[in-house]
Amino acid sequence: MSVIVTDNGFQADDFDGDIVALAEAAEGAVAVELAPDADPQALAGRLPTLQLIAVEFPSFADGRGFTTARQLRLMGFTGRLRARGHVISDQYAMARRSGFDEVEISDDLAARQPETEWKFRADWDRHDYQARLRAG
Amino acid sequence: MYRYNDFDDAFLAKRNAQFRAQVQRRIDESLTEDEFRPLRLMNGLYLQLHAYMLRVAIPYGTLSADQMRQLALIADKFDKGYGHFTTRQNIQYNWPKLPEVPDILDALAEVNLHAIQTSGNTIRNVTADHFAGAAADEIADPRPVAELIRQWSTDHPEFQFLPRKFKIAITGSPNDRAVTRAHDIGLRMVERDGEAGFEVIVGGGLGRTPVVGKVIRDFLPRADLLPYLEAIVSVYNTLGRRDNKYKARIKITVNENGLDAVRDKVEARFNELRPLFKGVDQDLLAQIEAHFAAPGFVARDEAPYELAYANDPVFRSWADTNLAAHKAPGYAIVSISLKAHGQTPGDATSDQMRLMADLAERYGYGELRISHEQNVILPHVHKADLPALHAALKEQDLATANIGLISDIIACPGMDYCALATARSIPVAQQIAERFDALKLEHDIGPLKIKISGCINACGHHHVGHIGILGLDRAGVENYQITLGGDGTEDAVIGQRTGPGFAYDEITDAIERIIRTYLELREDDGEAFLAAYRRLGADPFKAALYPEAAKKNAA
Ligand code: HEM
Ligand code: SF4
Repeated sequence: MSVIVTDNGFQADDFDGDIVALAEAAEGAVAVELAPDADPQALAGRLPTLQLIAVEFPSFADGRGFTTARQLRLMGFTGRLRARGHVISDQYAMARRSGFDEVEISDDLAARQPETEWKFRADWDRHDYQARLRAG
Repeated sequence: MYRYNDFDDAFLAKRNAQFRAQVQRRIDESLTEDEFRPLRLMNGLYLQLHAYMLRVAIPYGTLSADQMRQLALIADKFDKGYGHFTTRQNIQYNWPKLPEVPDILDALAEVNLHAIQTSGNTIRNVTADHFAGAAADEIADPRPVAELIRQWSTDHPEFQFLPRKFKIAITGSPNDRAVTRAHDIGLRMVERDGEAGFEVIVGGGLGRTPVVGKVIRDFLPRADLLPYLEAIVSVYNTLGRRDNKYKARIKITVNENGLDAVRDKVEARFNELRPLFKGVDQDLLAQIEAHFAAPGFVARDEAPYELAYANDPVFRSWADTNLAAHKAPGYAIVSISLKAHGQTPGDATSDQMRLMADLAERYGYGELRISHEQNVILPHVHKADLPALHAALKEQDLATANIGLISDIIACPGMDYCALATARSIPVAQQIAERFDALKLEHDIGPLKIKISGCINACGHHHVGHIGILGLDRAGVENYQITLGGDGTEDAVIGQRTGPGFAYDEITDAIERIIRTYLELREDDGEAFLAAYRRLGADPFKAALYPEAAKKNAA
């Protein structure tokens, strides 16, 4: 099982569709998972029909997913964007600032890094140099 | 100089509080060492041979007198009374204790300093020409742009877990003192048809695969800088290799994919990102520029300088080597050597730091700089004050007249401190300096850059030393390879290996043989070592280094 983290803390997964790997996703799929090395351009044209995209993080040290998230937002994706896998609480602000709505972590990780550690960064939209440089 | 505003202060306080919590969570084990590692690295904390090492950023090499005093205080309170200035405009403390590190960071924050992104796979401390804002040959002061880049790269959410570290250097002068061609991104401020912009160089680097950077954009308008940088780093984040850390730097990405393919991707990403920057960054840049306004230079009588220069040979020798041309009449740029013969290159004691801070206040508008050659600079001193300054420096063994000479050696920490070292480097630097001091040949030899690294990671920049020394481990014995002809300036060249290496107790003799060959063969004393090497080629030096092989070839 897994835990979904948002600004409000831990919650169970309330998305009730199937999230399928992009390669196996049929025409009308509403939720897909992107592998760490997937090019977001592969989803060009399909974004309006997608409700959720999950981007896989194989290791917390692999930061490709942050760029993938930004790309998807730049391409106009407005649905639910989820970081899934080995993301640690210290990366929560980075994930939110890059365009993710939520993070999905394993129960193990949730036990080791409890909710308070994640909520410590729920103020991710404050003290942000990037927002300052782009505002207006 | 840049002074933090409320935003910067609040950001740093918050960041330090986060790191304090991370240290606590490491101690109570909710973070594994594996997970703590990148977090401590992002805050400048390394685990070294003997202890933790804290690397503090000196943004673009600029320090105020107050900041220097605080560095001295930290050296006394949390370390063994000294600090080590590095080739990347950082200061390293070699003996901090983990539970005290958050207190050190708070002490740094009091004077607008931090250790953020001085290590880890992220955008590192931006380095700049150490003569910025003072040099006679400068087009524009690069420091406001460097500060803008610091703010943009700090805590950038997309770029904290890159394939590998990422270093940016900037120069505002055609004479490149910032080694821009040996950085992941090098920026040279240029003008075209009256418009200010940058030449953007990408994919340079030293380390085990030395590569001279290539021009990816020959003219980038000034206002396009941040989106263009963001495009490069963003493309690198997806394209850079993560399967082999020795192939992860952008220099390899560029070599494997080709410059043109990388450029195409960067330009495409740039077109997407450009509209997001609506000009607020340029307003901010204008505000930052106001912080760097030049001091009010004054016209004064230079007679005290002339008098000392004519009558005091020790002062004259120091003035001849340690001063550089200033843009304001009557002023000089003073380099204070941290390379007293026999000392550890780049080390300064807390007393020395305090003296330099006091002198900066008394004679230099309160400003100091740290050079990538591990020396300290007082950028704005009136010539009339030089005799008094020189006398004061002598008191703390800071008046060594060797800037740019054979004993002004860059050496990495090597086996004395570094866990990755394969050989000692500091004692080699000390021996060479002492040898040529004893021979009294230093000033006769003239400009010469010796650079020493204690392993192939090349922290000592040996590839771009006129003479480079690389310490290796051959079956448990230290062995030193020599390279000749390297150059870190705008014409960057990687030095060539001479042949088999030398043992620890042979390396100083080998360097002396190279120097004696040069002295014998140079056209006159105006022909510096590098020029002579370029004219003569490697052969006469190889013959001097390997007489046996030369004899065999002749027979
Ligand atoms: C003492 C502990 C140190 C360790 C463990 C260390 C580690 C490393 C490693 C592993 C590399 C190679 C990275 C790569 O090419 O991907 C490297 C490169 C480098 N380091 Fe260090 N270093 C240390 C100290 C220093 C010091 C004291 C300086 C400055 C004097 C320094 C400046 C550099 C520079 C300039 C490079 C150049 C290579 C490049 O970026 O292309 N390092 N270091
Ligand atoms: S060159 Fe090698 S020995 Fe020297 S500091 Fe770098 S990693 Fe350590």
